[in-house]
Amino acid sequence: MFTDQSNQRLLPINTYPKWKYVLILFVIAISLLYAAPNIYGEDPAVQLSALRDASISEQQVNEIEAAWKEEGLTPQSVEREGDKLVIARFQSNETQLQAQEIANKILNPTLDEQDYVVALNLAPATPDWLASLGGKPMKLGLDLRGGIHFLMQVDMEQAMARQQEQLRRDFIETLTAEKPSIRGRVETIDNGLLISFRSQEDAERAYTALYQNYIDRIDINLAEQNNRPVVRATFNQTKLQAIQDNAIDQNRLILSNRVNSLGVAEPLIQRQGSDRIVVQLPGVQDSALAKRILGATATLEFRLVNHEADVVAAQQGRVPAGSKLFESDRGPLVVYDEVQVSGDHLTDAFASFHPQNNQPIVSVRLDGEGGARMLRTTTANRGNSLAMILKESVPVFEIKDGKRELVKSNVVETLVSAPRINGAFSTDFFIEGPDFTPANTKDLATQLRSGALIAPTFIVEERTIGASLGAENIEKGIMSVIIGFSAVVLFMLLYYKAFGLVANIALMLNVVTIVAVMSILGATLTLPGIAGIVLTVGMAVDANVIIFERIREELRHGTIPAQAIDKGYSQALSTIADANITTAIAAIILYAVGTGAVKGFAITLFIGILTSMFTAILVSRGIVNLTCGHGKKPSKVWI
Amino acid sequence: MSFLNEDTNYDFLKIRKFAFALSAILIIASIVSFFTKGLNYGLDFTGGTLVEVGYEQDADLPNIRQQLDDIKINGAVVQNFGSAKVVQIRMPQQDHIENAKVSDVVLAALASDGSKVIKRDQSFVGPVVGEELKEQGGLAMIVALICIMIYVALRFEWKFSVGSVAALAHDVIIVVGFFSITSVEFDLTVLAALLAVIGYSLNDTIVVFDRIRENFLLMRKATPEEVINNSINLTLSRTVMTSLTTMLVLLALFFFGGQTIHSFAEALIVGVLIGTYSSVFIASPTTLALGVSKEDLMPPEVEKEGEEFDAL
Repeated sequence: MFTDQSNQRLLPINTYPKWKYVLILFVIAISLLYAAPNIYGEDPAVQLSALRDASISEQQVNEIEAAWKEEGLTPQSVEREGDKLVIARFQSNETQLQAQEIANKILNPTLDEQDYVVALNLAPATPDWLASLGGKPMKLGLDLRGGIHFLMQVDMEQAMARQQEQLRRDFIETLTAEKPSIRGRVETIDNGLLISFRSQEDAERAYTALYQNYIDRIDINLAEQNNRPVVRATFNQTKLQAIQDNAIDQNRLILSNRVNSLGVAEPLIQRQGSDRIVVQLPGVQDSALAKRILGATATLEFRLVNHEADVVAAQQGRVPAGSKLFESDRGPLVVYDEVQVSGDHLTDAFASFHPQNNQPIVSVRLDGEGGARMLRTTTANRGNSLAMILKESVPVFEIKDGKRELVKSNVVETLVSAPRINGAFSTDFFIEGPDFTPANTKDLATQLRSGALIAPTFIVEERTIGASLGAENIEKGIMSVIIGFSAVVLFMLLYYKAFGLVANIALMLNVVTIVAVMSILGATLTLPGIAGIVLTVGMAVDANVIIFERIREELRHGTIPAQAIDKGYSQALSTIADANITTAIAAIILYAVGTGAVKGFAITLFIGILTSMFTAILVSRGIVNLTCGHGKKPSKVWI
Repeated sequence: MSFLNEDTNYDFLKIRKFAFALSAILIIASIVSFFTKGLNYGLDFTGGTLVEVGYEQDADLPNIRQQLDDIKINGAVVQNFGSAKVVQIRMPQQDHIENAKVSDVVLAALASDGSKVIKRDQSFVGPVVGEELKEQGGLAMIVALICIMIYVALRFEWKFSVGSVAALAHDVIIVVGFFSITSVEFDLTVLAALLAVIGYSLNDTIVVFDRIRENFLLMRKATPEEVINNSINLTLSRTVMTSLTTMLVLLALFFFGGQTIHSFAEALIVGVLIGTYSSVFIASPTTLALGVSKEDLMPPEVEKEGEEFDAL
């Protein structure tokens, strides 16, 4: 790209080889193609999605469509995506609201069982042929479409406290198991434990024992404090990372489940930094409701399976008193209501491998009190099965005139797993299963943890953008782009005449290319993003200004036009490259360090720099070459 | 059309002492204001709650303040935002109400007298988040300056690197000073604008440096002063043109872009003006003061041998 044209004297001056024109045309064609979906906009749509284990059958869809027809609502199209999602497009917002109400009545006939979410959505109106090529419009940020943004902080101190408690029990167990057993005093320090001993010998023995058993998760050293020998153990980098990642993953899973039940189209749930999660709910306006639902907690319970109960009878509705029927992978199970151990005693659950046969398992750890209870339960019930049940409160909505109203919340209990009790155990045990794979043990561990409140979350930032403000932002953003753009175009035309026209064509293509790249990358357009585009427009002409000023300078010195054009372009090249690379550095750092608004601005600025290099250098030169080069000898140039 | 038709030959370096003095005054004023008066930080940095509401008629601000007093909201700032019908309320952390609930309580209180209140925008930022942002912002600035310094040192020479970073620091300090002196709200978008100013001003400076490098090799007999002056003159019309086109779009953003990006546009307008000034009067004179000479920019010997070889 940066080769000096004058070195290639095989072609006449100001002549591009054919492949360059082909390349330019190709890039322009691709850009126009992928920018096009943004012109078509979006259709109002109704999105039907199935929660949990439910699915949407062909018959249900037919029933809903028939009901819509009866009311005179004909969807423009109905698309199925898998067996859990159906999107129906409508002509107008009013028909969309009516259709939502009707579909909800059919899918969720009673308030007690709500297995489906019927949400309003906007579906891209991209024509099929374009969509099949991967064409899609840019996503709009919350500031442009309205909605709620939450930043949730995961309480890492709690997660750490649980891990320290666990480590403390492990240490005590190991040290008492030594012969003769070692006594010491344990205290918690940052990210670990400090154990002080009476004698140097005890400390050294303890160090060796702990080193052998726990070196995979701790950094350990011998030291002295207040004239007493101590062993200092802190979690190593891998373990610290794992504690953080687990806490984040657990909360992300919980939050996604809840957001799904809120019926939001295209929610965003994303980790930010080491201990935060961003939740964005486009279109949602009721922040109090959203907070109530996101804040609801799930709980885990260990209960016994009722083997005496008649499963067939229970399926027919005759469930014994004090028990409840559950569906599991291995068929129906009747489980006692009585809770043996509750989930807040769970300190950790993680996927691992059986020490002997290397099969995937889930290791579970309880705290001391939970361990004592578990020991009592398992000693008395060897051979029975231990059911693990996740209880979640699920909000129940009624849809009236397009408004979703929270009526009440149902407690939904799901059977996560029900392994057989093969022997008595207390704080540490593991779950095996014939169909366990490394993937599903990881899921199971996350599910168990999600009911244990290992790391609670709280909201540290909240932004609600009203729908009217969003519309206003789009309008103003587009308005300022048009005005700024027109002013620059007019000015360039007046100042550089014919060459100004070339620069303007390059400028327009630049905006098209930015839009195309953003659409292809699936980047989100925000108001600061629009500002970034506007700024790029102002700065993109810079490359052409540098070139044109060089050409004028050459002409003033009496260089013949063709030579002046060639020199202008080739000499300006390194200047343009240097200037743009430095700006790109600033954009990259903005993106890396910034969040939200700053990131949105950085993305468009960076993309704008890249595309402006292409349009201002290659495209504008291509046009100039076609008109003034290829053997033509212009006696005068309009610049 | 052109503003600077002939080859200009202004003696920019002659007034460099005056320019340095002017910049020194501006920088000192900025620093003094920053440390005594501080910045009017926006919600992003201070933490707290912000509620923006729309009324059907012009809003009655004293009444709103009374309503807030009645429910014991402390330290609320109530002001019109963009129009007389839109009101923005900013509140610091409230001790007696849970952070996440403040906005709901306020909305209920405003609607209690029967007036129709439409919530337009509502934000809550925890105090920790705000603190972190200040740190991150400062860090971003420093990292950006260091990376740019390294790039310029590699592409040019360390004297240019110092010159460009001096100009950038000059721009950032004065723009921050402007925000401190005028008490315009300093929010996250202004921080982004500051970094964009770095990018812009640098762009300007690099174009001049590039010319200086080229001219040192062309004008072998000239003194460094002559070379630098000539380079600034040669790039002058480009500097003016680009500032003008950028200013055009910034003015469009400032007047038509809406309240949300008002401070952003304002920061950039000030930044582009200062950045243009600094690339002419600060960056190159600093490089000169460091004693730049053509020896610094001579291509390495090895390349020359190569050229001779080709000639054979």
